[in-house]
Formats: sequence, structure tokens, C-alpha cells
Amino acid sequence: MTAYLVRRTATAIVVLFGVSIFIFFMLHLIYPTPAIDVLGSHANRFSINQWNRQHGFDAPWLQQYLHYVGQLLQGNLGYSYKLNQSVAALFQERWLRSAYLAGITLFLSVVIAIPMGIYQAVRRNKLSDSVLTTGAFVTYAMPDFFLYLLAIQLFAITIPIFSYEAPQTTSMISIITDWRAMTLPIVCLTLLELAGYSRYQRSAAIETLAEDYIKTARAKGLPERLVLYRHLLRNASLPMITLVGLSIPVLLAGNLICEAVFNYPGLGLLFYDSLGAADYPVLLAYTLVGAALTIAGNLIADIGLTVADPRIRLV
Amino acid sequence: MTNIAPELPPVGLRVPEGGELGQAQPSWRLAMREFAENKLAVAGLAALVFFVLFCYLGPLVYHGSLASDLNSTNLPPGPGHPLGTDNQGFDVLAELMVGGQAALEIGFLSALIGIVIGVVWGAVSGFAGGLLDGFLMRIVDVLLSIPFLFVVLILAVRYGATVLGLSIVIGIFTWQVPARLVRGEVLTLRVRDFVSAARTAGSGQFRIMTRHLVPNSLGVVIVTATFSVADAILAVATLGFLGFGLQYPTFDWGDMLNNGISYLQDGYWWQVYPVGICIIVVVLACNVLGDALRDALDVRLRRR
Repeated sequence: MTAYLVRRTATAIVVLFGVSIFIFFMLHLIYPTPAIDVLGSHANRFSINQWNRQHGFDAPWLQQYLHYVGQLLQGNLGYSYKLNQSVAALFQERWLRSAYLAGITLFLSVVIAIPMGIYQAVRRNKLSDSVLTTGAFVTYAMPDFFLYLLAIQLFAITIPIFSYEAPQTTSMISIITDWRAMTLPIVCLTLLELAGYSRYQRSAAIETLAEDYIKTARAKGLPERLVLYRHLLRNASLPMITLVGLSIPVLLAGNLICEAVFNYPGLGLLFYDSLGAADYPVLLAYTLVGAALTIAGNLIADIGLTVADPRIRLV
Repeated sequence: MTNIAPELPPVGLRVPEGGELGQAQPSWRLAMREFAENKLAVAGLAALVFFVLFCYLGPLVYHGSLASDLNSTNLPPGPGHPLGTDNQGFDVLAELMVGGQAALEIGFLSALIGIVIGVVWGAVSGFAGGLLDGFLMRIVDVLLSIPFLFVVLILAVRYGATVLGLSIVIGIFTWQVPARLVRGEVLTLRVRDFVSAARTAGSGQFRIMTRHLVPNSLGVVIVTATFSVADAILAVATLGFLGFGLQYPTFDWGDMLNNGISYLQDGYWWQVYPVGICIIVVVLACNVLGDALRDALDVRLRRR
């Protein structure tokens, strides 16, 4: 198993380098030099070229790439000339809020999806299963922002229970305790994630229910409750490990649309504002972080599954 | 699903008493029958066909105003405007029809690009094996790791959004899944007897790939393609909603939503909900179709 882990981690690092090449290529294509942002839009060619020479932006691509990677490894994600701040500092201000939103929705959706999927599998094709499956299907097909709009329209405007906007404070304690403003974003995101997870969980539970050891347990006279809890739960939950690993990128890369619609001051809203300002260093650093997290998430999912499922240990 | 009684003859085979077995039905026909029995799938297909007709033949039948008419802005549904008008005087129903054209075109075109590149990439990778396979698959991994929405948004901001441009960009991030699937299928198929037979008969590598391996791998690809169409339509709608999608004079569902939500609080529901429902129905239809095709493919695979 150690050989597998080493091989898998090596692959992840290679892919990470590939991603950095892609991002650098995009950066160079779209935003070759920040000279115009620094010198102003009326700068003439001579001063632009001089600035480029002074700051190394006329060096060959390979040299610029190596410099870029060197900076990345030191933690320098770039500099936003429009906001006059380093990208890393911008991220540092906001990552905790995004992490909280994503973390709590991930936790809630996993905790609800597992029992819900098992319930759907046990009551397969009965009314409750059909209702839940249809609901999951429609939610899955719905564009995210439509659900947010519906929720805001119904529960914040028509029936003013919750606030139509997420908390605008920077204090984490206030955010966590402000249930009026955080409920809608969290509930909507949880529903969206649940729609995807419960389908997997349902089919995994249906497959597991057909296994022989479940039949044996029932034949032994084990109460149904124990059959479900002791045997089904663990085995049917294995796909969730993969799904959770694959959802980690969303954790820190920010739920872009959710934060934009609810005006939640996290990483996603930073990305959205940078889009409007065409602030490419921020946008591309964000994409790189998102890709890195996806790779890490895949790696964790693979390793987690290998650890959790003894049947695939002999890879 | 466990195969309960493998020794029973397949469905659709009539076994006359004390005689030879009749002609076995071709597996595609079994798949079609399985598909037709799935009411939801037929409904999904019907919905998709309806939307294609609605978007392309609709404007020929219904001549709603798509010219900016500032005298009749924000009119509720009523005579002359079945779904009302929006903030620039465009008739909402007409906008729905023409806007759907862009959504459907981008959806199908990007799925097509995805299939073409994916099948070729996967077939070459699976058949070649070794270092070339590893290299090609690492590229697939790299592109799969990059969050696709962000890249599309960045490119849309930089270069502006056009139907062709969006199709190409979305297609670039769609081909990886078919490539992986085709590679898997090719790896499984190339050790089968019919490939050895073909090789013995003198077929070259190219011929084996195109005549034998690729056609047998297309089943999974078609399933993925339907899901790709759904994802592409959602992506375009999201892009439009955030304000970075197709702009006027190209009409687009996402753009309609972007304009409409500013007026939601004024109660102009007809600018938001019809578009939303259209998007949901089309995406739902594609998903249902994809699921049904996957089940029908299972039927076909079981008979191999």
C-alpha cells in the first residue's frame, strides 16, 4: 500500500506542475505585463518597455515561468495592481469566512445524505423514495442561482423571516451566531449538495442491500435496525468518502455564486469583484488555488478510500 | 444488480415448444424497448424535441417584438404579449425562443467538440499504452483539476462571449471525461478475441481502432454527451446571470435572468420565472435522458 501512496502522491505533484504551466500560460496570454496598470493607460511604448525590462517582464517565457514557480513556492501568489495589495493578503482576509460556509454545508449535507440515502434505498420505489428522488433530481437540474433567488423571494421578501443578505461583519463570532442572515445561504447550499450526494448514497445503499451478508444477517434474526446500523451503514458510506474528498476544493475556493448572490464577504465574492475589475493576477491565482485544492481533494479521496476499504488495499 | 437466472433466454426471444430457438433480437432493439418502457425518459426526449421546435420554429410562427420599444417596457402578461415585456420593451416569449437557440447551440456544439476530441484522445491513449498513454492521461488529469467555471469566466471577461467562443471553451473542458471512458473501454476491448481475429486477418492498427474499438465504446460516450449538454446549458446560464455571458444583440436565457432579477422586488415575476423554468426543464430533460440511456446501455451490455 505504501508503494501505491507514493505513486499516487507523485502523480499529484506532476499534475500540480502541469496546472501551474497552464495557469502561467493563461496569465501570459491574457495579462503579459502589469505595466499599463502601474504606469497608467496613457503611458507610451518606450516607458512600458523600460518598465518591462526593469521588472523582468521581457525575459524569455521559460525564465519567467521559473521565476513564477519560485515565487509560488515561497507563498507569493501575485500582486493585485488594482487593489494595491498582495493576493495572498487578500486571500488571508477572507478565507476563514468561505471555509466556515463551505465547512458547515459539507458537514450538514453529509450528515443528512447518509441516512437519507439509506432510507430511500430501504423504502425503494415507495412514495417517500419517489418524492425524495424527484426532489433531488429537480434540485440537481436547477441552476444554483435560481434556488437562491427562490429562497430569497419566498423567505426573505414575501415572508420576511430571514435576511436577504448574508452578514457583512468581519468577526467570525458574529457570523456564526447570526442565524437570521446565515440560514438561507447555508440551507440552500446544503440542499444543492444534498441533491448530488443522496443520489450516490441511494444507489450505493441499494447495491449493498443486495449483498449476501445482509441476507445472512436478516436470516440470523437480527433486528432490522441493527442490520442497517451495523452492516449497511459502514459499507454503503464508502462512496461518500470519495464525494467528500472531491468537494474539498469548494471549501476554500469559495462558493462563487452563493457568495455573489448573498453578498457574503468571502473568497467567492472577491473573485466576482475581480471579474468586474478585470484584475487578472487575483483571478488566476484564485484558479491556481482552486486547482491545487482539487488535486489535494482527489488525493485525499483516493487515499481515504484505500484506507477505509480493505478490499482495494492490494493495489 | 445481481443476475438472478442467467440460464433463462433473453427477453424478446420467443421459444417455441420443442423446436429451435428463433432469431435473437439485436441488442440495440432490446435497448430501445427498455428505453421506450421508461415513461420518464420518453417524456424527457419529448421535452427536448419540444424545446428545439419551440426555439427554432417558434419565431416563424410567433412574431413577438424583438425591437427595443421603450413605450411598452415592463408590461405584465396580457393581450399582445403572452408573457409580458422586459425592461427594454422586448417581448419575453420571443426572447425565450431566440435565447433558447443560443443555449441549445452552445450545449450541443460543446458536447460535440467534447466527444470528437475525447474519443480520438481516449482511443489513441488506450491503444498505444505505455509512455504515450501516461503522458496523454496526465494532460487529462491537469485539465480535470482546473475549475472550469473560473477559466470560462476569465476568458469571457477578457475576450467577450460569443456562441462559437463559448462552445469552444466549454468543449475544451468537456472532452476529458469521454477520453477517460473511451480509454477504459479500449483497454478492456483490445484483449478480446475479435481484435485478435481482426489482427490475424491483416487489419492495420488504424483499421482496428476505427472499425472495432471506437464503435464499441460509443455507448458510454453518448451517455456522457447528454450530461455534457446539460452542464453546458447550466454553465452558459450561470455565466449570463453573473453578467459575463452573451450580450445584446445575442439573446440568451442567462442574460434575461440577469436583467430580470433587478425587477423581482417590483413584482415583475414574468421576467424571471418563465426563463428559470425553461432552463430547469431543458436540463432536467437532458439528465433524465442520460440516465435512461445509461440504463438502456446496461441492458445491451448484459446481452454481450
